[in-house]
Amino acid sequence: MIELKGISKIYRTKNGEITAVKDVNLSIKKGEIFGIIGYSGAGKSTMIRLLNGLEKPSTGTVEVNGQQISAISGTQLRQARQKISMIFQHFNLLWSRTVEENIAFPLEIAGVAKAERAKRVKELIDLVGLTGREKAYPSQLSGGQKQRVGIARALANNPEVLLCDEATSALDPETTDAILDLLLDINKRLGLTIVLITHEMHVIHKICHRVAVMEAGQVVESGEVLHVFQNPQAEITKNFVMQVSGTKESKESIEQILVNYPTGKIVKLTFIGNKTEQPVISQIIKEFDVEVNIVHGNITQTTSGPYGTLIVQIDGKANQVEEALKLLESREIQTEVIDHA
Amino acid sequence: MLNQLFPNVDWLDMWEATYDTLYMTVISTGITFVLGLVIGILLFLTSPHQIWANKLVNLLTSSLVNIFRSIPFIVLVILLIPFTKFLLGTIRGVEAALPALIIGAAPFYARLVLIALREIDKGVIEAARSMGAKTSTIIWKVLIPESLPALLSGITVTAVALVGYTAMAGIIGAGGLGNLAFIDGFQRSRDDVTQMATIVILVIVFILQFIGDFITTKTDKR
Repeated sequence: MIELKGISKIYRTKNGEITAVKDVNLSIKKGEIFGIIGYSGAGKSTMIRLLNGLEKPSTGTVEVNGQQISAISGTQLRQARQKISMIFQHFNLLWSRTVEENIAFPLEIAGVAKAERAKRVKELIDLVGLTGREKAYPSQLSGGQKQRVGIARALANNPEVLLCDEATSALDPETTDAILDLLLDINKRLGLTIVLITHEMHVIHKICHRVAVMEAGQVVESGEVLHVFQNPQAEITKNFVMQVSGTKESKESIEQILVNYPTGKIVKLTFIGNKTEQPVISQIIKEFDVEVNIVHGNITQTTSGPYGTLIVQIDGKANQVEEALKLLESREIQTEVIDHA
Repeated sequence: MLNQLFPNVDWLDMWEATYDTLYMTVISTGITFVLGLVIGILLFLTSPHQIWANKLVNLLTSSLVNIFRSIPFIVLVILLIPFTKFLLGTIRGVEAALPALIIGAAPFYARLVLIALREIDKGVIEAARSMGAKTSTIIWKVLIPESLPALLSGITVTAVALVGYTAMAGIIGAGGLGNLAFIDGFQRSRDDVTQMATIVILVIVFILQFIGDFITTKTDKR
């Protein structure tokens, strides 16, 4: 569906060359929700704009839906763009138009007849849940409602691909979840391929199937969301995983526990999928002569199942603690002993 | 009562002069609006990072605008006498004032248009491009509607300035209230004629400003 081959993007500025994207190869499947995560300046914005030709690569090819986006221009590119829609962090609605006129805009561009336009606009307004707000101006809407208009507008010409440029970064957590649910629903109902960029791991694990992690213009890690969660390799990925597993905050409490309980071991347990439902902690307490002290716990839902982390202190005779850890490992639970920093 | 306060005012002349001033203002404002909009949009689209980014065209247009904007209007009128003569065959009368009025005001308005267009959120233009909009669609359906309040308040300011310009043009024989105040009022030492002409000009300016403000507020949905 989407193929990026050997992509680099170099900007020439007064102060020399800036490499925004470097040697990126990516392949995104039809119907997939693909996330690109990175901090600001990582090159995500440039990446997503390469997909609809708003930016041209310095080297490499971009293929979307069987068309070489990086090679076409003029009318051909404009027509291709009608099938590759985009939604934005700051919505980018026309303030001079009402909700329905904003949604009708891409239809006007595509040359759809007036009666047809009105019919399609009505469908879209129902789809995104804005019935009753047709005549409102963007200034009268909340952030979440504005993004709904943005989504309706993006879906107007029945696109194959939807690009989301930090689409939820300007919204509060609750509205973010509502918009993400809407995107997930659209993906399932219309089979739309969605590519999104974000700096929030929450967005990735909530709706994405696969993820690519970007740093300094390069993709440092990519794969199934759950897999990347489980075995983050790059330092930056570990940081992003901490964002949702909450282990960042618990660092201090671990330090405190290490001070308060100098004996035993502090262990981080990672559960994936159905294993989150096993009563392993009570099992090790019953079977071995150990004390277990829970320091921190967290469960995150992803599109391919739940993902949990638990940080515990296991205290007792050394061999008993070892045995307990072995039992945990035999249950395919990842264990990681945390030492004094 | 009025005749006692303004004994020397010939009301028919005053009405004719008012009509001439209004005529010059309305026509020159209309043409200035179109011409300034075209030049302003050209300046905007050829500036760096825009759709038609072109250093040469931008520099050339911008220089022309700056040159005509910095010439004092009264000097411009004199400089344009041969041009007006060539264009209309005469340098007297209401029509003869129009070239100078337009050439004086259009570059000024073009600057205001540029400022208005720069205020448009870049994201909105990007959004239109991402939908596959042509440049002409972007101009008609994004640039103009999204900057309309600023374009309208800009043309109001320009129209008010043009009323002032018509008065100056009047001195070299264009007719209108400025001409009346100069010939009838100043040269014949009839102060009341000058005062009455001033009052009428003030009323015209107030009405223009009121209409401009009203339409500007009406179009602003932000």
